[in-house]
Amino acid sequence: MIRFDDVHKAFGANQVLRGVTLEVPQGTSMVIIGGSGTGKSVLLKSVLGLVTPDSGAITVGGKPAMAGDRDAFLARFGMLFQGAALFDSLPVWQNVAFRLLRGSLKRPKVEAREIAIEKLRRVGLTPDVADRFPAELSGGMQKRVGLARAIAAEPEIIFFDEPTTGLDPIMAGVINDLIREIVVEMGATAMTITHDMTSVRAIADRIAMLHGGKIRWTGPVTDMDASGDPYLDQFIHGRAEGPIEAVR
Amino acid sequence: MGRLLGGIGARVLAVLAMVGRVSIYAGQVLRHLLTPPFYGREFLSALMNIGWLSLPVVGLTAVFTGGALALQIYAGGSRFDAAAVVPQIVAIGMVRELGPVLVGLMIAARVTSSIAAEIATMKVTEQIDALVTLSTHPMKYLTVPRVLAGLVTVPVLVGIGDVIGIFGGYQVAVRSLGFNSATYLQNTIDFLEPLDVISSLVKGAAFGVIATVMGCYFGMNSGRGAQGVGQATKSSVEAASVLILAANFVLTGVFFSA
Repeated sequence: MIRFDDVHKAFGANQVLRGVTLEVPQGTSMVIIGGSGTGKSVLLKSVLGLVTPDSGAITVGGKPAMAGDRDAFLARFGMLFQGAALFDSLPVWQNVAFRLLRGSLKRPKVEAREIAIEKLRRVGLTPDVADRFPAELSGGMQKRVGLARAIAAEPEIIFFDEPTTGLDPIMAGVINDLIREIVVEMGATAMTITHDMTSVRAIADRIAMLHGGKIRWTGPVTDMDASGDPYLDQFIHGRAEGPIEAVR
Repeated sequence: MGRLLGGIGARVLAVLAMVGRVSIYAGQVLRHLLTPPFYGREFLSALMNIGWLSLPVVGLTAVFTGGALALQIYAGGSRFDAAAVVPQIVAIGMVRELGPVLVGLMIAARVTSSIAAEIATMKVTEQIDALVTLSTHPMKYLTVPRVLAGLVTVPVLVGIGDVIGIFGGYQVAVRSLGFNSATYLQNTIDFLEPLDVISSLVKGAAFGVIATVMGCYFGMNSGRGAQGVGQATKSSVEAASVLILAANFVLTGVFFSA
């Protein structure tokens, strides 16, 4: 289980997180929704030590995040970044097998390449993609390579940061289905950030809405439409009128 | 007046703060340089980029500078019957000063800018964050191999630049100014001392470290977007160039002030 307990974070005068408290049960797919700039990415990055909270506590499996062996802690995670964040200088297979080519999870090069090709197949890419460079791939293919990299070391916890942003509806559907399949297949705990309500319904077991630096509403995705919360209602129906100011 | 002084004071404080941050960063580089893991593949790649691929620009810069230096010394020396000292002055000028400084500045232009732009782009596109999530320390993976490659390759480039610069002066002197080939070479060899060569190589090592540390520092600390990448690149070259010239002054004092 991942637990956020009264987490605060400010960037200068901009108070982004104002006391976030949230539990993500093990094996659950939690989707975080909320307007742009409400701190959703900051929340994910706080777990991985990419952002240090000003106060509050984050625990993973009951232990403080980033405590103890940093490598061992991070080896439990996979992350798909919004822009895929593939390393331009490396061919696709080395991007996918990055963790398997160095550090505590290091494998022989041949084995790492085989695993990379298997993961590429898993996300619907053919082995001939393996030796190409990220710049030679379309946006959708880059996202799938990013997904393959996130699952290459079979992590317990996977983070997806806006996995369908910038993709056409069909490719977005493919990515959503892949994420759902992989999370179920691996039994992983997943946290996804998205604005895309189709993704929310495809991926989520539970959702949490972040607004004003706090969790405004959280519950099963099946309860989302009948939540009775005006903020959540406005957001999921994409209405300009409502308690959330359209111009922020 | 008060506002002007306040502005100057703020600027001075900002520069001092940056000096402090760069010093801390350099200290961190040194610490990571001495502790595992070490990424050999990235080191070899940096050796190629900083060393091998810089050879053409270093060679061309040195050969033209050596040739121009020979012409200038001959023309200037003729005014007081000192035209014969061309081989000695070209040799000492290239090895002690022009070789290391020009190679250092060429490396700042070519390598520092490239490192800063590459790392800044990696930061903007979240590749640095991705490295961290993949249990890889960006300092060890990106900075240490480049700084070590700068430390190793720039002295070699300076040595090659010195030789090519002297060769440029030799060609001009022998082909255009009527110097005897054997005498020119003998005068060059006789006049240079081991300390001249050592100072040249030490300067090269120092400039290599400065150029790569500045590129990495400004890349890692770049702002967002294309403007942030551009600003980081510009600042890195400015800082590296000024520091190289300052370090050259200090090292010249250390080697030759007595």
